[in-house]
Amino acid sequence: MKTSATKPAASRPSRASRSRGPSARELIFGDLWEFDPAPETADPYIRSSYGLFINGKFSPARKGGSFPSISPGNEKKLTDLALADAADVDAAYSAASKAYEKVWSKLPGNERGKFLYRIARLLQDRAREFAVAESLDGGKPIKESRDFDVPTAAAHFFYHAGWADKLDHLAPGRQVAPYGVVGQVIPWNFPLLMLAWKIAPALAAGNCIVIKPAETTSITALKLCEVFQEAGLPPGVVNVVTGAGETGAAVMSHPLASKVAFTGSTEVGKAIMRSLAGTGKKMTMELGGKAANIVFEDAPLGQAVEGIINGIFFNQGHVCCAGSRLLVQESIADDMLTRLKLRMQSLRVGDPLDKNTDIGAINSKEQLTRISELVKSGVAEGAELYQTPCRLPSKGFYFPPSIFSKVTQSHRIAREEIFGPVLSILTFRTPEEAIEKANNTAYGLSAGVWTDKGSRILKMASQLKAGVVWANTYNKFDPASPFGGYKESGFGREGGRQGLLDYCKLL
Amino acid sequence: MTSRLPITKTPKCYVGGAFIRSESARTYAIREGEFVANIPQCTRKDVRNAVESAAKAGPGWQKRSGYNRGQILYRLGEMLEARKAELADAVSLGSNKTGNPTKEVEATLDRILYYAGWTDKYEQLLGSVNPVAAPFFNFTVTEPTGICCVIAPDDSPLLALLSLILPIITSGNVVVALASETRPYPAILLGEILATSDLPGGTVNLLTGFRKEILPTIATHEHIRGISAVANPDERKLLHTAAAESIKRVHTLPSESPHDWLTAQSLQAIANFIEFKTVWHPIGA
Amino acid sequence: MTARNRSLKRLVETHGAVDAVGIEERVAKFTTRSIKKTAKLWGLNRAVTMIDLTTLEGKDTPGKIASLCQKAIAPFDLSTIPSVAAVCVYPAMVRHAKRHVEGTGIRVASVATAFPSGQTALKTRLEEVRTAVQDGADEIDMVINRGAFLSGDFASVQDEIAQVLAACGASTLKVILETSELETYDNIRAASFLAMQVLRPNDFIKTSTGKTSSNATLANNQVMLEAIRDFYLETGTPISMKPAGGIRTAKQALHFLVAVKETLGDEWLNNTRYRFGASSLLNDLLRQLEKERTGAYQAPYTFSEADGAY
Repeated sequence: MKTSATKPAASRPSRASRSRGPSARELIFGDLWEFDPAPETADPYIRSSYGLFINGKFSPARKGGSFPSISPGNEKKLTDLALADAADVDAAYSAASKAYEKVWSKLPGNERGKFLYRIARLLQDRAREFAVAESLDGGKPIKESRDFDVPTAAAHFFYHAGWADKLDHLAPGRQVAPYGVVGQVIPWNFPLLMLAWKIAPALAAGNCIVIKPAETTSITALKLCEVFQEAGLPPGVVNVVTGAGETGAAVMSHPLASKVAFTGSTEVGKAIMRSLAGTGKKMTMELGGKAANIVFEDAPLGQAVEGIINGIFFNQGHVCCAGSRLLVQESIADDMLTRLKLRMQSLRVGDPLDKNTDIGAINSKEQLTRISELVKSGVAEGAELYQTPCRLPSKGFYFPPSIFSKVTQSHRIAREEIFGPVLSILTFRTPEEAIEKANNTAYGLSAGVWTDKGSRILKMASQLKAGVVWANTYNKFDPASPFGGYKESGFGREGGRQGLLDYCKLL
Repeated sequence: MTSRLPITKTPKCYVGGAFIRSESARTYAIREGEFVANIPQCTRKDVRNAVESAAKAGPGWQKRSGYNRGQILYRLGEMLEARKAELADAVSLGSNKTGNPTKEVEATLDRILYYAGWTDKYEQLLGSVNPVAAPFFNFTVTEPTGICCVIAPDDSPLLALLSLILPIITSGNVVVALASETRPYPAILLGEILATSDLPGGTVNLLTGFRKEILPTIATHEHIRGISAVANPDERKLLHTAAAESIKRVHTLPSESPHDWLTAQSLQAIANFIEFKTVWHPIGA
Repeated sequence: MTARNRSLKRLVETHGAVDAVGIEERVAKFTTRSIKKTAKLWGLNRAVTMIDLTTLEGKDTPGKIASLCQKAIAPFDLSTIPSVAAVCVYPAMVRHAKRHVEGTGIRVASVATAFPSGQTALKTRLEEVRTAVQDGADEIDMVINRGAFLSGDFASVQDEIAQVLAACGASTLKVILETSELETYDNIRAASFLAMQVLRPNDFIKTSTGKTSSNATLANNQVMLEAIRDFYLETGTPISMKPAGGIRTAKQALHFLVAVKETLGDEWLNNTRYRFGASSLLNDLLRQLEKERTGAYQAPYTFSEADGAY
């Protein structure tokens, strides 16, 4: 296990030269060729403080409240954010409502589309800057924010721009119309991307927005407001209010919101649904998951290993659709475990801004505590824990990639969403048993199937109770591909034709 | 102040990503009262060469993702917007002061964005998963038809030309287009703009010249799989008859009746030049 | 299908398929590793020592071989630059090469077995190997019988390798799979196992002859590295790897080394276990090394045997 080394390679003894030599069949992933630190140095242009973005302008919270935002990679303060109270949220909704009545609802679809195209292009121009800001703010490796989060966010705006003048194709035989004003709350795991997933379709459909980013990761949302200004987006069309749970509740329950969209934990989703019961508000929920990643003995094993690793360690496992349960066919379970442990040897944990980091920081102290607690429970309940030895940075919130073998359905680590870099490995004997175990959860967001047999892929896909099934791959996202869950993972979809329909009323 | 002699441009055709004269070296003049420019008088060999360029570009253009094609078309919009004024002048040539050149150019720009927005979406509307009554996963996907030919009218020399070309390339087809015989200049500028748009060379090839010399070659060339033409009754008869020899997909509009190019955009225009492929696969353990 | 072929077919099927999209995604990650400063110097120098400096042209002459060997011994007028691993030549040129490099530690590798097509009688191919070994070849680069492989006659493929191995005596054998003709990653993995089953420790499997339009890629290199890894974990026998053709830049070479580092680990990061079959790669490595030393980007013509004049 490698860290972003600050010591030069020469001063550390090579693993091969220690006590005994390698046994006949051991591969040495040592420090023969140590990578130097490779810090990303592009300036993220983060202001020392941000106001709320209401009616096209940044302004302080009315009561002047603010709260700091730190970088989980080193615990240093990044900026001060405004704390929006109920009055601020109200002002945001008024701005959205006015913008809708007077401007946005009067624009033809293709003109709305042009704003979205501009936003996509301007974000592409400033991609590097946004990637650095995202990694600093949230803890994910710069490699991921640069190669995945930012380009995919831009793609979402680009894709939805093209729908704005084609809404009459969404529902055959029916006309559609926007809701008017929508309220949205998003989580901290993909701050910019979740923002794009919410804003792009809402705007394409003709709505105006009040949106609250997560309190630990608001920076790229606020930077995107600068892009809205540069793109000439009419004031009030998108309003960003920053704050924590109370602000979020105000956004979800405001009377001017005809529809609300929430992405976050199932627990909070239930609370929101309770509070909105009887109000007639349209809702979509994108909640938690405990996905089963199913590997059959005939799977292309090298690539299955990559898929499993990617499925649970991508973004430190802070992914609602993470492949957090590996269901491996018993006949290859030992082989799989060996291969996984080998593959983990070349994963690098460390500074999110180092270009060679594979696994960055855990988003917050709270999340780190939660992960540690669940991992302790796994050990206490008798599962076998493996973590490759690695030196974690002394400051910041970090957790080593971990795999548990000998896990069963009754273990907490098999049922509860950990939302961290922790894989639980269970076994199965037959396809029916795999389906049974995969579906044995209240969640239903995603699943993976690895096999060389096409008909089996289709059969498994048809029986898995999950909104997204990945076959011989994992964690693939595209603006054209609808994403969302079954059961307690939520309802409604994001992406594609189905996702866009969720932002339209049928006339 | 003494007046300065401007450098006049030599019009060339955009074929295979490069700018060419006709292989016959012939040209014909366009005048607006005074001499304007000599336009390449393309021959059947130029058609043949253009089809070969298109054929080379076909596989690559088809393989690109819809998203990538959409970005390229958007870039075409960016490049064309920057030359709006110049294009409006080109459109007004031969117009007898009728029509509204600026409006035509703006409509062209919006048309480009309209089709740019379709590239990664039409599949979701034209393709399908089909509920057959047997344990098979059955799905229909679309594929581009191949090398298609566009024959543009004399009215709306920019808007009509692009309204015919865009829906065809949206889905991954490649195009050889014949510009208006009497008003070819917008096509000359369009070639330059295509060249700076990231569109791979050979995806769109623009020819100029005399219809009666070129149409028979286009009609009979077996590698041309589709034709989208605005033509008079005799020309339509020629196209449909010759197309029968190689089962071309032919869609024509009558040049003798007016066509509202300002509203000429649709999903159907894309559907006219795609093929449907249906695949069956068992569902079972 | 004969019984032996059936059992070999089962063997290759047990070793499983390769998902093309998956493996290409895996290797793309190697290209985003950022190798700077000491790590970069280490990698560049190591890559130089791994080169089989190659000339395989119909017009090769003793004079050309002499130039190649001198370049191999002293790539650049700086004592800090190491020598390459070997020179790689046609059988007729082996004795000329041997004369020049004898005693320098640089090995002489000879292609043989009717390289590149392999389409002559087996006895002719074996005789060619024996002659090259007699002339002093330390290593033999053979081609497998692709026709036999693609028609399912795995037994012939394997037997021919075994016979060539016997003709090598003490010389190291490198088995060229010719990846562009096998085409699929499944085939490349299968052919790797067929070959490795009869090879000795530190014999090689090699991607390509360099004579077709498609040669070593990160993806086919990866398929073969993973086959080597799986074979080693199963049997304890370490087989070496050589990608050849298509690796022209130092940047590419570093990506290939990252692949080795993350798939097989430290024990394969040396020229006993890994080689580059290349010619113009050497000068690009030297350019990068000079740039690291002086801070300035180098013109190609500063280096001997550069093939561009501009």
